[in-house]
Amino acid sequence: MTDILTLLDATLRLSTPLLLACLAGLFSERAGIFDIGLEGKMLVAAFLSAAFAAMTGNVWIGLLAGIGGSLILSAIHGLASITFRGNQLISGVAINFLASGITVLMAQAWFQQGGRTPSLTGNGRFDAITLPFANALAGVPVIGPIYSEVISGQTILVYVALAFVPLSWWVLFQTRFGLRLRAVGENPAAVDTAGVSVVGLRFAAVAICGVLCGVAGAYLSTGLQAGFVKEMTAGRGYIALAALIFAKWRPWYALYACLLFGFLQAFALRPDLIERWLHFKVQTQLLDVMPYILTIIILAGFVGKAIPPRAGGEPYVKER
Amino acid sequence: MEKMPKWADVVLIPVISLLLAGILSGLVILAIGEDPIKALWIMFDGAFGSKYNWGYTLYYATNFIFTGLAVAVAFHARMFNIGGEGQAALGGLGVALVCIFIPWPHWSLAILGAIVGSALFGAAWALIPAYLQAKRGSHIVITTIMFNFIASALLNYLLIGALKPIGMMEPATGKFPAATHLPSFHEMLAPLGISFSKGAPANISFLIAIAACVFVWALIWKTRLGYQIRQFGESESAARYAGTSPTKIILVSMTLSGALAGMMALNNVMGEAERLVMNATEGAGFIGIAVALMGRSHPVGVFLAAILFGALYQGGAILSQDTNIPVQLVLVIQALVIMLTGALDNMVRAPLEKMFLAFRRAPKPAPKPTPAE
Amino acid sequence: MTDTPAIELVGISKAFGPVQANKDISIRVMHGTIHGIIGENGAGKSTLMSILYGFYKADAGEIFINGQKTQIPDSQAAISAGIGMVFQHFKLVENFTVLENVVLGAEDGWRLGPSLSKARRQLKQLADDYDLNVDPDARIEDIGVGMQQRVEILKALYRDANILILDEPTGVLTPAEADQLFRILERLKEEGKTIILITHKLREIMEITDTVSVMRRGQMTATVKTSETSPPELAELMVGRKVLLRVDKKPAAPGKSVLEVKDLRVVDVKGVQRLRGVSFEVRAGEILGIAGVAGNGQSELLEVLGGYEKGTGTILLNGEPLDLTGAASDGQTRRARGIAHVPEDRQHEGLIMNFTAWENVALGYHNDPKYQTNALFMNNAALRADTEAKMKRFDVRPPDPSLAAKNFSGGNQQKIVLAREIERNPDLLLIGQPTRGVDIGAIEFIHQQIVALRDQGKAILLVSVELDEIMSLSDRIAVMFDGRIMGERLPAETNAGELGLLMAGVAGEAA
Repeated sequence: MTDILTLLDATLRLSTPLLLACLAGLFSERAGIFDIGLEGKMLVAAFLSAAFAAMTGNVWIGLLAGIGGSLILSAIHGLASITFRGNQLISGVAINFLASGITVLMAQAWFQQGGRTPSLTGNGRFDAITLPFANALAGVPVIGPIYSEVISGQTILVYVALAFVPLSWWVLFQTRFGLRLRAVGENPAAVDTAGVSVVGLRFAAVAICGVLCGVAGAYLSTGLQAGFVKEMTAGRGYIALAALIFAKWRPWYALYACLLFGFLQAFALRPDLIERWLHFKVQTQLLDVMPYILTIIILAGFVGKAIPPRAGGEPYVKER
Repeated sequence: MEKMPKWADVVLIPVISLLLAGILSGLVILAIGEDPIKALWIMFDGAFGSKYNWGYTLYYATNFIFTGLAVAVAFHARMFNIGGEGQAALGGLGVALVCIFIPWPHWSLAILGAIVGSALFGAAWALIPAYLQAKRGSHIVITTIMFNFIASALLNYLLIGALKPIGMMEPATGKFPAATHLPSFHEMLAPLGISFSKGAPANISFLIAIAACVFVWALIWKTRLGYQIRQFGESESAARYAGTSPTKIILVSMTLSGALAGMMALNNVMGEAERLVMNATEGAGFIGIAVALMGRSHPVGVFLAAILFGALYQGGAILSQDTNIPVQLVLVIQALVIMLTGALDNMVRAPLEKMFLAFRRAPKPAPKPTPAE
Repeated sequence: MTDTPAIELVGISKAFGPVQANKDISIRVMHGTIHGIIGENGAGKSTLMSILYGFYKADAGEIFINGQKTQIPDSQAAISAGIGMVFQHFKLVENFTVLENVVLGAEDGWRLGPSLSKARRQLKQLADDYDLNVDPDARIEDIGVGMQQRVEILKALYRDANILILDEPTGVLTPAEADQLFRILERLKEEGKTIILITHKLREIMEITDTVSVMRRGQMTATVKTSETSPPELAELMVGRKVLLRVDKKPAAPGKSVLEVKDLRVVDVKGVQRLRGVSFEVRAGEILGIAGVAGNGQSELLEVLGGYEKGTGTILLNGEPLDLTGAASDGQTRRARGIAHVPEDRQHEGLIMNFTAWENVALGYHNDPKYQTNALFMNNAALRADTEAKMKRFDVRPPDPSLAAKNFSGGNQQKIVLAREIERNPDLLLIGQPTRGVDIGAIEFIHQQIVALRDQGKAILLVSVELDEIMSLSDRIAVMFDGRIMGERLPAETNAGELGLLMAGVAGEAA
């Protein structure tokens, strides 16, 4: 029982950065801007959050710095793919390398600890929050332990990430902005001739993507871990991308996909549990790559077809 | 009428992009409190200052020629192969299997076997995403990214398991038999009376890389297959009209691409390490993207860009030894080159095109063009 | 008030790179009139109207709306000035509903719900006022082009447009649908709206407009009252000289059957039937013209015959069956069997714009033994020489084989394609939209080449959406509608009216 609870607890924690990055990608790709630079944005945000939290002792300043760093990379991506109509995939690749390099360079220049930040303590980290009635309900069978052990006791960013799921759905499907954003990802010319700025909308989407990646990165270094180490995103940006395809670019499906991938990651950390429950050894490498394999199966169209936004990846060129 | 002369497109734009990347990198170095001029000098000296340094520069360049050609061939078919890293890793597996399990009498035969092994394994790893793209419409960029991770996990699994000699702690294969040792530059040049650094890892696979450049050049511009690859890359609808099968071109170009990426293992696995270790590719698959972009997907350009990146890697390594600047500086430069020559191409190109147009209009007015709707 | 024009453009110029699309154009359009703008393809009509709608920015010139000088930097400004535009290629979001498309960009507030309910009410009102019924909850991808066009008109009306621009609105419509559209336009005019109709069809100008402006090569050549002009006069103004409306040709002397198509069927990837049992025959020494509104299966017919679309049924070439689904159903095999194909879409199929002329001459013929040095390598020098010779014979200008295809004019591009295909001495020539986007001088040349090939005893299958072209070139005419052949007629025994009905799927006894 406790094993299950710790597993679910780890699932929720590991799903959070995936979910934030996945929703970030969702906004960008729904607006027609492919973004394989989620990884890089998260990485820069993770570093800046940890660095500023370490220097100021205030994790909130860290969070803001992380979002700011991620937004700068978003702006570069926007400049390349919207303003200069460059190849969005190439821009994303470049941003990932830029992040890998620059985080280590800055970490070394600022802290001289071999590319890491000092460990964060106290107000430099996000604390676990005990939700109301967590202790009172602990005794209730099934729901009680899940509520008090899994759902309660997470850091605030976990709840922020979860709240972003309905919020994203609402923004995309119930607001004027969402209608326009979806339209610009499907047919930018329709938006343009309707008198709405394609460039403005796409930059807005890319900026939202930057903010969400910023939160995701901050969570990694100040919530999940206590400080930054190089390459700490460890491919999460790509898993988030995989989750986005898995979710067919929809917010609620994104939640499910990220929980699934988070669960696989949590499972991979506890090979002993697998052996105990399933009575055979599952290679952790297999669990590690399950998100990728599942996504390829989805992409191959063997289980439902994932159709991306139609104008995705194409720069909008009005004049010939 | 062309907007600007060909030489501007082929030479001027990459050079300007490179200069911009250099200036921006200099600013980065300045920002972390180091002297960019001094850093540039250390890197230059580190890359070219001695035969030993040259040996390393050319060793890295060999890797990048293979991966750069891999990306370039795929680019000609308008396929963006981000999977060079995984394909090169699998190529390493191919080389390891060939070297360990076949008793070669001499390196000259072993290298032939290794070429086949590395090319086959690399090609196979590219073939699956290619098939999914051709037959199921799965985006090649996403699938090749995923295949990089799967390759890494697969090698990880094999190197801590089946391929690791009993009793060894490190996740790696055992050392390859002595008969598979490839001649280094030192060994190659000594009979000619030229002395070359003994410790530098540059080896005979550099010559194979050059041969690969020639091969790719002839293939793309002189053969029917190359013509069809370019045809498909420029216009899929026109290729279909002409009777060129999209499926065939996707499969063939990606197979070639994967094979070239895989052949990188001749250099790093067989030529240098002489065993297969974890993460042997060290990101060379990704550098191929920068090299292909900068080299404008032309083998000559790829060769030059590969030498440049080889120098960057070797120079960056020396720089990190001599100063407080980490080797990740190279990643930043690499990112800037990819960004400027790839995604921000229009930023460099548009003002140049305007300049050339203005320049051409000035002496004599352009002939009256046909109006278009 | 009536003296003030609804729209006045003064000295509008616009260049795309080195191409001058509009040159010092001035025009006045009066309130409550239908004003036609006519000109050949590429005359600059669409560019001019896109400038008025703020889609492109003019390099020079002024715009006056109702006498007020108005800046139109973007479509938003045009919409506020009361201008609406229906583009030739609709600007609709395919997987949105009609309602969502209408509301997009004209929402009432930041919440979507109230905007949609308001639009639903207003759409009902507009439908009643103008007879423009559309299901508001239908998805665009599920409704026909005629309906989609209505959505575009509704979009403009929903934004309170007083001036409505329509760019080639009948190109995708059957004659019946076009008539319906014209009734709607008449209705809008009665309500006091000003309408600008861009077209290259003289018939439409004569039928519906009050005044007409003629454009040629980016310039405005004349503006006249429709009642005071005639089709020949307009045609002359359009092309700048007297036009031969008929092609000079001898009567055909058809020989043996070259192409025999029986019960040909094609289903596309979405499962839609594109050809529903097409049968016809083309004999040596004759031109069979296929008439029809674009999108009724003509493209698929050419593609199946050209070997890059799969189909079922029987196709006999010189009595021998063609493989329609298997390994031998590709363009290479078709060419080897003696079928040459000038495709409908020159820019995306017939040529590769970034390739040089000589690389384009190898398109489809790269396996030709005379272009090879040996088993491994192509002989690019021979290819270049061959291209140069072809360019000379077909009067391609400039005759430079190393120039990229994109740098030739439309007419010269088409000549390159024709040279490549005709000089192969094929038994059967498939030719689609031979003169689309081609200047008038080249049109005559191309028509002559087609007739000359026929006189050599070749079989020619001509597909064109230009009824005039079909009627003047063909020896027999087959009309396609919705994937079927509605009937066959002889040009001498039919007229545009009868063919128009067949094109609309009416008058149905199949031949």
